Amino acid sequence: MKLFVDGIGLCGPGLADWVQGAPILAGSAMYHPAPVTLVPSELLPPAERRRMTETVKLALAVGSEAVARSERQAEALPSVFTSSGGDGATITDILEILASEERGVSPTRFHNSVHNAPSGYWSIATHSRESSTSLCAHDFSFAAGLLEAASLATSETKPVLLVAYDLPYPAALHAARPIQSIFGTALLLSPARESRSLATLTLSLDREAAETTMPDPALEALRIGNPAARALPVLAALAGGAPRRVTLALMAGNRLTLEVAP
Amino acid sequence: MTSFVLSHFALASPLGAGRAETVAALHDGRGGLSPCAFETVRIPTHIGEVDGLDRPVAGGLADYDCRNNRLALMALEQDGFIDAVAGARKRYGAHRIGLFAGTSTAGILETELLFRRRDPVTGALPADFHYAQTHNTYSVADFAQRVLGLAGPAFVVSAACASTAKAFGNAARMIALGLCDAAVVGGADSLCLTTLYGFHSLQLTAEGPCRPFDASRSGISIGEAAGFALLERAERAPGAISLLGIGESSDAHHMSSPHPEGLGARMAMERALAAAGLAPEDIDYINLHGTATRVGDAAEDQAIWGLFGDRTPCNSTKGQTGHTLGASGILETIIAALCLDEGFIPSSPTTERLDPTLRCRYLIQGTDRPLRRVMSNSFGFGGSNCSVILGAAP
Repeated sequence: MKLFVDGIGLCGPGLADWVQGAPILAGSAMYHPAPVTLVPSELLPPAERRRMTETVKLALAVGSEAVARSERQAEALPSVFTSSGGDGATITDILEILASEERGVSPTRFHNSVHNAPSGYWSIATHSRESSTSLCAHDFSFAAGLLEAASLATSETKPVLLVAYDLPYPAALHAARPIQSIFGTALLLSPARESRSLATLTLSLDREAAETTMPDPALEALRIGNPAARALPVLAALAGGAPRRVTLALMAGNRLTLEVAP
Repeated sequence: MTSFVLSHFALASPLGAGRAETVAALHDGRGGLSPCAFETVRIPTHIGEVDGLDRPVAGGLADYDCRNNRLALMALEQDGFIDAVAGARKRYGAHRIGLFAGTSTAGILETELLFRRRDPVTGALPADFHYAQTHNTYSVADFAQRVLGLAGPAFVVSAACASTAKAFGNAARMIALGLCDAAVVGGADSLCLTTLYGFHSLQLTAEGPCRPFDASRSGISIGEAAGFALLERAERAPGAISLLGIGESSDAHHMSSPHPEGLGARMAMERALAAAGLAPEDIDYINLHGTATRVGDAAEDQAIWGLFGDRTPCNSTKGQTGHTLGASGILETIIAALCLDEGFIPSSPTTERLDPTLRCRYLIQGTDRPLRRVMSNSFGFGGSNCSVILGAAP
């Protein structure tokens, strides 16, 4: 499958957006991890904005950045959202309430807890009635989302927005599933080259190649510490501007190999 | 779209385990709903509980033990499904068979119970928490892949109540593009406190058994189910039930209420028809989403009326199974396959008096008749919509 990258969104520690983060990922600027600040998307009306969880803020921020760079209309884009942990903070709130005698789960908290909440808010924010899916594949969630987004763009011959995000869990779940940082990224994948296309991705499945890692130890720690940050080698190749091969791990010994070409 | 068949399928729901019990219950109008006595839940509502989930997952997959995976295993063990997949594995190779599953809450029931056993001082969870194997949304796909001995591409779709219908789209695309040769599609959603108390807080749970399209309907009955289908290219299994088309859309309206005119629902049905190359009059029966909420049924009725008028027979089987949430897509797609295979439209036994403001051709009484094409609708939170069209073997 051959796709063109028309837009990129990025948000992580010390990687505020793609414009600031790309030189770091390309190796031409130093990486300094710094806390992530998430702001509610202005795409949503104030009432919905107040209900936005950190998870939804993160997903909408990187999705908006990728779409803005592509100069496409978000309304016309099918989307694929992917996350390992979903909204751990909201789920923990519910688990604590259910463990109490009272059990009064709030309606807003309940609808915010579903894995597809960011996808729902995105479609409301962008007025998009196009298909949108929400995936999970544990540590392989980014690669699974990329595989699905590429398949969808190829079969529908339409550009597709991929949004990947994961946030640390609150303490109790964190002990069992340590996600170390906030990280989100988005790629706008088009089946045809446009004047604004940034790079070409050629994807294939195999079972042999070794997983690509990050040479910088701090960026490698970020990659290992957050399932969405498994995207970093792809983002580094896109930032680097030279042809490169990147291999991502999928479940059950499968590999997703990408030829990234400017 | 490329031609696919459901060459084998298996299910477990409040109607029973396997094909024979399911068909008999649907055919006789026997319901699977009863007053809620689940765990320590004290909510005045009816639920669709699956019996026989007391046996833990044993052996090498013991870490995966949770209600959701027990239910998935119960479905996988019906009607020779595991053997059928083993046959496919021999033909294609384990890594050439994908697994695309859906769930909304995976094994969260076990995490709910563990939260009662947290360390009172530190808040730490007990050490016997198997996060990846039970709590993580992917766990049901991981578990099913291991039970079936498959090693192809896999992921979980978690798009609320449209999850396991949408998974057919993922599988069809992956096979059509040659990323795999066949796929297992399905998943499980099981009873838990999160959904029972969550839907109750939204005032969406009915006190008695849910009554789809009834004038006095008052909400859903939460149920649980699991189902799996082996999807192959049509030439591989001539004579099997065909997957003719899938349509997906988003409401872009509200997180927990459907678009009042059913615009997203209508778009999903139109796209499914377009994908199948069919006109509305080609559909012989529609298994509705029909959850029995006031607004949900009204929105779906508007969508059906706008597209099919009052010609096409339709009804909801949720009065018998309950709303099995993320599993409703696979459960009702398999029910659609059974209707095609056996030539019948199920009854809607809990619906007593049709809402006179609803205009589609809702059948309270089922009928035996040959069917050629059946549509199944699944709509969920976040405005996620999916329609699937199946066809009888020619």
